[in-house]
Amino acid sequence: MDINKDLVAATATPLVLAILAEDDSYGYAILKRVSELSGGELQWTDGMLYPVLHRLERQGHIKGRWGTSETGRKRKYYHLTAGGRAQLAVQRQQWQLVDAALRTIWPAVSLPMRSALSPLPSHG
Amino acid sequence: MAEPGNDPGPGDALEGQVEQWRSYLRRRGTIRAVDVEELEDHLRGQVAALRTAGLSESEAFLVAVKRMGALDAISNEFAREHSDRLWKQLVIGSSGAAQSVDGTRIETIVVFTLAVAAALAIKVPELFGLEWGAADMPFYLRNFSLFVLPLLTGYFVWKRRLCGRTWAWLALAFAAAVVFANAYPFETGSDTEVLTALHLPIALWLPVGIAYAGRRWGESAGRMDFVRFSGELFIYYALIALGGGVLVAFTMGMFEAIGINAEPVVQEWLVPCGMLGAVIVASWLVEAKQSVIENMAPVLTRLFTPLFALTLLVFLGTMVWTGAGIDIERNALIAFDLLLVLVLGLLLYSISARDPEAPPGGFDLLLVLLLVSALVADAFALAAIGARISELGFTPNRVAALGENLVLLGNLGWSTVLYVRFLRGHGPFASLERWQTAYLPTYSVWAAIVVVGFPPVFGFG
Repeated sequence: MDINKDLVAATATPLVLAILAEDDSYGYAILKRVSELSGGELQWTDGMLYPVLHRLERQGHIKGRWGTSETGRKRKYYHLTAGGRAQLAVQRQQWQLVDAALRTIWPAVSLPMRSALSPLPSHG
Repeated sequence: MAEPGNDPGPGDALEGQVEQWRSYLRRRGTIRAVDVEELEDHLRGQVAALRTAGLSESEAFLVAVKRMGALDAISNEFAREHSDRLWKQLVIGSSGAAQSVDGTRIETIVVFTLAVAAALAIKVPELFGLEWGAADMPFYLRNFSLFVLPLLTGYFVWKRRLCGRTWAWLALAFAAAVVFANAYPFETGSDTEVLTALHLPIALWLPVGIAYAGRRWGESAGRMDFVRFSGELFIYYALIALGGGVLVAFTMGMFEAIGINAEPVVQEWLVPCGMLGAVIVASWLVEAKQSVIENMAPVLTRLFTPLFALTLLVFLGTMVWTGAGIDIERNALIAFDLLLVLVLGLLLYSISARDPEAPPGGFDLLLVLLLVSALVADAFALAAIGARISELGFTPNRVAALGENLVLLGNLGWSTVLYVRFLRGHGPFASLERWQTAYLPTYSVWAAIVVVGFPPVFGFG
């Protein structure tokens, strides 16, 4: 399912921070985890993850360090800092608030369901 | 299998593709080498996963690259996150190329040794009783370029690994310069002495150029590089001098605040040593940055060519309109020499930055206009001087200025002809470039004639 760009950008920070809260990780594995968590529905453009990681590193939420992969190649691993953990707590609160509000309103509105399996008939 | 030796193994093909992709990424100024490594690790992880899922190697590579996203978009994101990278940074010694780190370090040491040597060289004569700033000042003025240019030449000889014979010729040139600057019995403060002080650096700039261009001195392109180097060096030197001025002002002011007069130290050490050391440092900066930052000289040229062309046209128009003659009493020749030097500079740096293959454009027309108006203005000046030369007499200054005028006029005159030919489609632009680079030694040769021949001819007066 295609997700609005702004929403992807907004969700990227809590997702990356939460994944790193589970364990230290690196770019490719983070993306795989995102895909797993969403059942394969959430697909980011791979290259876009890295500027996000660098921004979080600059803000001090995460810290990168060069290590080696299992095949012996250079690989950059990221680690959640204490500041990042605090930031994640703030983000979780905010998202839970938004999520709770949306959950309350959803049953009250009736909308056509859109899914990848049954696309809307195209016009023209 | 036809030829197993030429058939790249499956891994090699992927390596080649990854290498290509990597160099493509590197060309983006905003994506650094370390970022490329991180992205490469990702790409390889993706390829491996897709291979496990059953894709062929080349399919996996294509899909992985596609999933990476559009390069422009990624590059933009990187630029947004690292906006400082758009301002190309000149940080010497961290070019990122691992193999050249050692070389950079050695060069840094060599440069600083040479800069310190140049700074101290000016103090050596004092050990022999020649006082800076006092009665021995003429000695320092005559020899000023000799304290630093041999060291600068030495730097390029070392850097370009020139052979022993070139080295010997360059050393001979400097030895001759030492003799001609000091052996003549000049009258103190005489015209010929001042002329020697002014012309020796111009004459010695030729050996510097030969060392700079190294084996490429014979090629037009090699000499053009030296022209570019000279222009950038001038700009860098001016910037360093500005900084030095601030440093001097602060030093004086701060010591004055605690009641100590720093002026003697500043005048005898800081200024002369700084002036000479800065030549080496500025040269090194120009060498180090040539691939990093856009050249400034052509930019300034673009900015000032129209302004100078306009000024000259207005000047000529006013002269014709009012019928005013050129007042040749007040160093008019020198003023017109400087004008020609300026126009030559504008021409040279326009040529140095111009794509020789490009068709004639508006800027070329503007340059021709500038050339023609400078030539006309100079013709007026020469005519005025020619009419009265017998009356004024041949002083060394006047002959030197006249010679310079003719040397420059020769260059600019023929340049105009070549330029007009190019504009009319009768000749290639390269011929103009070749003419300029072939003409370069002429300035130094004339300067050498002034240094070597003028003092005896004019009786060292």
